[in-house]
Amino acid sequence: MSTQIPKQTEESSETDAETDVASRGDERRTEKRRRAAEEQARRQAEEAEKAAADDDTIELKVFRYDPEVEGKQDPRFDTFHVPFTKGMTVLDALMYSRDNYDSSLTFRHSCRQAVCGSDAMFVNGGQKLACKTQIVELEEPIRVEPLPHAEVRKDLVVDMEHFYDQMEAVEPYFQTNEYPDGELEEQRQTRENREKVKMSTRCIWCGACMSSCNIAAGDNEYLGPAAINKAYRFAMDEREGEDIKQKRLEIIEQEHGVWRCQTQFSCTEVCPKDIPLTEHIQELKREAVKNNLKFW
Amino acid sequence: MSQSYNRGLIEDFSRWREFEAGMWAWIFHKFTGWVLIGYLFTHIAVLSTGIPAAGASEAAIMAGEDVYTQTIVSLESLLLVRLLEVGLLAVAVFHMLNGTRLLLVDLGVGLESQNKSFYASLILTGAITVASVPTFIAGAF
Repeated sequence: MSTQIPKQTEESSETDAETDVASRGDERRTEKRRRAAEEQARRQAEEAEKAAADDDTIELKVFRYDPEVEGKQDPRFDTFHVPFTKGMTVLDALMYSRDNYDSSLTFRHSCRQAVCGSDAMFVNGGQKLACKTQIVELEEPIRVEPLPHAEVRKDLVVDMEHFYDQMEAVEPYFQTNEYPDGELEEQRQTRENREKVKMSTRCIWCGACMSSCNIAAGDNEYLGPAAINKAYRFAMDEREGEDIKQKRLEIIEQEHGVWRCQTQFSCTEVCPKDIPLTEHIQELKREAVKNNLKFW
Repeated sequence: MSQSYNRGLIEDFSRWREFEAGMWAWIFHKFTGWVLIGYLFTHIAVLSTGIPAAGASEAAIMAGEDVYTQTIVSLESLLLVRLLEVGLLAVAVFHMLNGTRLLLVDLGVGLESQNKSFYASLILTGAITVASVPTFIAGAF
């Protein structure tokens, strides 16, 4: 489509006489395009009808909302019938719906293998990563909604800005002022220390934990499980040294830091990477207490 | 974040069906905590009505005719009060058991089996409550 536009402007700028001809051609083209669109819509409707009647399809109820289009400003649920194939995930079903029934269906996805963390959604009442949630494990009809406790931009896309702000608030990068001797010496980590932070390094920033957390929903300043887990990953890294650890503890023991956690375990339940978030938060709480409590 | 946009049906649509053990434990703990606070104040109010009994004569107290004994006896004769006492015990026992569970969670002990310890405290609460029924209800009818 976009490649045609410069060509049309060229044509119309050549001569006036040709403009007439070109516009008649344009008319024909628009007519043709309109008919093609109609034909496609008809075919899609037919296909959808056939799929609905078919036994081997799954029923998908998808949350729809688009603030920019009149008539779509009221949230609603659209039903899609998707032919089931072995190993189909919720993301596969959504992509099929978008490609075959409604191209305006909007959702984020990228790697499709639980690495990029783009497609955390609210599936059948739980925060799930759509690309690693098997259809066979779900009850039908499958309800797909955007993550709760976040502003919906369109359909299944939510605003992640607040989540990213919280993640950045804990300075999620390696810092140290204790360097090894020798200019080209590596900063080595012991195997035990690596094991300790191993699970916490798996975070893919999908935001499922933040969405599932009751406290984060009511307290916008709360760092949230993902950010605290990030803080844990670096606070527990021995290579950072005492000074930096003190700085990190100061960040996490603020009023809206670790102490907001009320151990509901919601984050731990929904984490697609099985990070023991509550355990990490609790450990940081103990670290913070140990840091401030002195009996001598 | 949550206040920014009201999603109506989605935000509160039957989410409680999907709650996991930890979430239920949190809700029950809050609820029982508030009930216990409410009971504490009722307890103080009721006992305060018996203060004049301190000035009653020895004989009246022995005969059980002072205002304190009268209040307690009349309350205990109500079936509703007996039932509420059973409920109070259930609430207190759950709050204690789950409190112990939370203590273990805070110490980082057995976080993998936190859901099992919640179910255990529920079952134990039920058992203790059922066992207490004869004691509380005896003579209420």
